[in-house]
Amino acid sequence: MVRAENVCKTFYTTHKVEALVDVSCQIDKGDVVVIIGPSGSGKSTLLRCLNMLEKADKGHIYIDGVDILDPKTNINKVREEMGMVFQSFNLFRHKTAMGNLTLAQMVVRKRSKKEAEERAMALLEKVGIPDKVDSYPDSLSGGQQQRVAIARALAMDPKVMLFDEPTSALDPEMIGEVLDVMKTLAREGMTMVVVTHEMGFAREVADRVIFMDEGKIVEEGSPEHFFKAPTHERTKLFLSQIL
Amino acid sequence: MRTGNFSITDYLRTRGWRHISVGLFFVMMGLVVFGLFFATKKVEYVWRWYRVPRYFVYKDKIEIKAEIEGEVASIVSKGEEVEVTVRGADEEEVYPLPAESLRVDEGDFIYFGDVLGSYQKWKVGILVEGLWVTLKVSVIAVLLGIVIGLFTGLARISKNPALRWTAITYIELVRGSPLLVQIFIWYFVLGTMFNTLLAKQGLGQLSPLWYGVAALAVFAGAYVAEIVRAGIQSIHRGQMEAARSLGMTYPQSMRYIILPQAFRRILPPLAGQFISLIKDSSLLGIIAVRELTKATREVVTTSLQPFELWFICALLYLVLTFALSMFVQYLERRTAIGG
Repeated sequence: MVRAENVCKTFYTTHKVEALVDVSCQIDKGDVVVIIGPSGSGKSTLLRCLNMLEKADKGHIYIDGVDILDPKTNINKVREEMGMVFQSFNLFRHKTAMGNLTLAQMVVRKRSKKEAEERAMALLEKVGIPDKVDSYPDSLSGGQQQRVAIARALAMDPKVMLFDEPTSALDPEMIGEVLDVMKTLAREGMTMVVVTHEMGFAREVADRVIFMDEGKIVEEGSPEHFFKAPTHERTKLFLSQIL
Repeated sequence: MRTGNFSITDYLRTRGWRHISVGLFFVMMGLVVFGLFFATKKVEYVWRWYRVPRYFVYKDKIEIKAEIEGEVASIVSKGEEVEVTVRGADEEEVYPLPAESLRVDEGDFIYFGDVLGSYQKWKVGILVEGLWVTLKVSVIAVLLGIVIGLFTGLARISKNPALRWTAITYIELVRGSPLLVQIFIWYFVLGTMFNTLLAKQGLGQLSPLWYGVAALAVFAGAYVAEIVRAGIQSIHRGQMEAARSLGMTYPQSMRYIILPQAFRRILPPLAGQFISLIKDSSLLGIIAVRELTKATREVVTTSLQPFELWFICALLYLVLTFALSMFVQYLERRTAIGG
């Protein structure tokens, strides 16, 4: 489904930052993969490279067999099949929840307004806030906004969902409601790549956990292996710091 | 409890300062007006406001004169109008004129240049004509300026160097040189060249008005471009990323997500720019476009009442700019989030 091969990404800001160094990984259909690691370890960059919000410098990234780094690939077509949820929600501030959910369906998927609204309504019910259909993002709580954002991504019927620290900007009491939605998705068999600091979520839902540090994948394995018997010193140190 | 007791400190703490401030404002305005009035008393100037209305509307006397010599052969009534037929030795001429203006009878002998009928008609004065030209020039230049500014602003933030550098060059050239000089260049250089080209093709000439409009639009466009750029860049990067992550193309994201949000942010500076443009149109008088300022100048030279007329001129500009200002505030309210 998603395959990254020897992906490298370097940022040149005030100084050279090697965000990704020779990263390879594979995510199969139906997999829930959680990427964890200290801040600055390159986990968000990896996620953003998967749908080309950042362009990898080197290597190959295959989505459904299509090499997205090939200049001939139409990246918009690939992105249609990949939902993304951001840390800061990024809801369209000038549109209601309904507007947020229907816009891309109509513009990109060419659905009729009626069709798009039906799909939107069903998804708002699924994420538990059908009563907020006419609310603007600014009048919603963080948790509600993030659930609308998840629904917006789902409205496109993606094959993969990417989550970039979806709960990091939330007040503690709202984290649960967002994680619940994500757990439901995982149970329904959605392919998910989740960058998060929620170890509980990783333990409970993940099929596989990837631990990254300094732009490299240090360790990778099932949650049982990962939380009970990590092999690398760096992983042990990280887990001891956060658990 | 001190209710019922009037206390000056309580009054000051609640509504007093506001009342005093409002009073102060009116006192200051009054002083300015009185000061001006007092100053004009000191110079030898006779105010003649009654002379002003005629430059807005006036009654024009229209005389219909015979162009041949002969006898009034017939006067045929056709509703409100009459047709006077004058028959000369070997020619005949028919003059239609309003019934009440008729000055001749059947059988009268008419000499060349005799008045057959005369009447008065209301006509708009030169100031109204000038105001209309200013309004026309401003509206066209504002609309063109928005289009130019929008595309230049988008080009300015493009990754393509050809587009970006062209936009920067245009903006810097236009913003960095005086509008007066640009108007001269548009009319005397570009206008001459273009009109010569048109003439060689056997086509008609473009009037100075259009070169003036072009100069204003291109001038405003450069400023609008920077306003548009700043507006777009003020929208959080995440909005574009969210739109792109849903599979929308760059132009789609711009159109549906970024520009609608940027629009309401750029409205206030845009209003300022277009108010400037209305006032800058007063420079077009130098290329013989008879807009409001040039019209006023002409009227001043004939009436010799500069005080009244220049005040009126300023007031008319104020009417235009204030109307625009109100319109933009209405747009701001209408596009407010959740509104």
